[in-house]
Amino acid sequence: MKLLNQSLKYLSISILAIVTIWAMVFYFNMLNEIKSSIDEGLENYKRLIIQNAQQDSTLLTKNYFDESFFAIQRINKQKALSIKDKYFDTVLYMQDADDDKPEPEPVRMLVTAFELNDEYYELKVANSMVEEDDLIKELLWDVIWLYIVLILGIVLINNVALKKLWKPFYDFLDQLKKFRLGNSQHLPDANSNIKEFNDLKVAVNTLLEENITAFNRQKQFIGNASHELQTPLAIAINKLELLIENGNLQHEQAENIAEVMEIINRLVRLNKSLLLISKIENKHFLDNRSVSLNEVVQKNIHDLEEMARFKKVEFSVNEKAELSVQMDISLANVLVSNLIRNAVFHNIPNGKVSVEIIADSFRICNTGSSQELDGDLIFTRFYKPNNSKGTGLGLAIVKAISDLYNLKISYSFDKAVHCFQIEFPNT
Amino acid sequence: MKILVIEDETQLLSNIKASLEKENFLVETATDYHSAIEKVFVYDYDCVLLDIMLPRGSGLDILAQLKKEGKSENVIIISAKDSLDDKLNGLELGADDYLTKPFHLAELNARIKAVLRRKDLNGNNAIELGNTKLDVDNRQFWANNKLIALNRKEFDILNYFMLNKDRLVTKSALAEHVWGDNSDNADNFDFVYYQIKNLRKKLQSANAEIEIQSIYGIGYKLVEI
Repeated sequence: MKLLNQSLKYLSISILAIVTIWAMVFYFNMLNEIKSSIDEGLENYKRLIIQNAQQDSTLLTKNYFDESFFAIQRINKQKALSIKDKYFDTVLYMQDADDDKPEPEPVRMLVTAFELNDEYYELKVANSMVEEDDLIKELLWDVIWLYIVLILGIVLINNVALKKLWKPFYDFLDQLKKFRLGNSQHLPDANSNIKEFNDLKVAVNTLLEENITAFNRQKQFIGNASHELQTPLAIAINKLELLIENGNLQHEQAENIAEVMEIINRLVRLNKSLLLISKIENKHFLDNRSVSLNEVVQKNIHDLEEMARFKKVEFSVNEKAELSVQMDISLANVLVSNLIRNAVFHNIPNGKVSVEIIADSFRICNTGSSQELDGDLIFTRFYKPNNSKGTGLGLAIVKAISDLYNLKISYSFDKAVHCFQIEFPNT
Repeated sequence: MKILVIEDETQLLSNIKASLEKENFLVETATDYHSAIEKVFVYDYDCVLLDIMLPRGSGLDILAQLKKEGKSENVIIISAKDSLDDKLNGLELGADDYLTKPFHLAELNARIKAVLRRKDLNGNNAIELGNTKLDVDNRQFWANNKLIALNRKEFDILNYFMLNKDRLVTKSALAEHVWGDNSDNADNFDFVYYQIKNLRKKLQSANAEIEIQSIYGIGYKLVEI
């Protein structure tokens, strides 16, 4: 979930809670205010009625609520003395314009007692009051509208102000996503005067710089180590070759020497492959020119013809287009050669190797083991499925070349046919 | 034939020297820049093996000076640096060949022979041994005055053996020569074995006076019979 949406979520929930509580408090406060104002009116009304009753005794016979909102009843002294002024909510049957018949309506009522000419009376004064359910309904709608307006406001502010505030961050993140160790020339930059973003930039870039240094050091180490190993390996191999040539060896000794030689030869191959990878990664091959992949494929197939015949493997080439790419010719050759050699060597008797070339990619498929290879691991260094006797670097070299030229390499498997596809996005 | 080996690694130097002496070459050695310069300009050599990284100087400088004197065409660079730039610079300065360490002695031997043959080329680039003749330019092989049909790899293998006559050619040297650098598959050896089996059959049925012997199961040797 995006940060903007997350903040919107939290804000909406908390605003909903605040608005709800506020609405309730507001409602009770308002109701109280209304009642106390009505109560003051009732008190005033009471005084007027008592005053009027002193002059006009007919008022004292008005025992029921009818056109005017009060009723007077004579009571005995004892009862009168026990009555204290009392305000309360009750209902009276009333009929207004939209009612068919009288309906109970909420009223505020004051019950009091007074004494006039040694007689005691009970006085009930009523005043119609706001209907609470109407008030609640009104208030609820107001609150909903307030809520909607607030959320819309926040969305607007989020989208305009926050987006603008966070823009340097997203820009930085975007650059960081595209950053590739060893490939990217510039460190990601954040264009902002906000302290947090600048701190982030400094922290990330420090980390990246350390990584780049370590990465370069590692590349250099592999290169230097392989390079320094060349001469001792040469000495060892040549010494053994001379030893065997000089003869006078027991058969068993010769066999042991042969084994040692084979081990050294493996070391040499391993070392050469590592050197090649190191050189590719250090961009030592940058003699880029237009290379016809069709020609490179044909040449490699030609080189492997006899081997294929020996392995009883048949080639088929389907050139649907001329695929011309900007590449170092020797790397293009290594790329194609490693894939085609693999396809021939990891084949089965009477198997097939098919190469298809189209305008922006080529695909090499071969029959082989019925076991699918692990697409994630085959391009990693020293991965050797089924105890393969190679260096485990052939496909790692292919991958290194693909990475150097931003080519997309993929492996697929279907019914004992293994396919490698290389796409050239820039052609 | 006089050969100068310029190499600062004494062990490697003595290996190369021992191997070349088996070919009855006269071998002289230099282990640093100054002694190399001295020898190169005082004496004439049929072939110079030149290491690029030398104490107190670069082999490429020696090559540049040789080029000025018009003496650079028989130089083979031997270097641990398999960098394209060095290779191109070296070849541009007139070096005949470039060999990357580590190498098999058989490969070095073949390269030297190739340089020497080109040097006193009398219009026919062919190797003759007993009653056989290998015509390198036309890629033809004659035995007993009969043309023997060889496939490409058989021809390459036989050529390699004839350049390394009486010398051990290990299986891996052979596979590497025939297949290039990435010969890291067991199938290569099987294939080489299969090619050699066919070659032996062809040589035998043509009554050729050469044969390919197996050496301890490590490699082969071509001998005259």
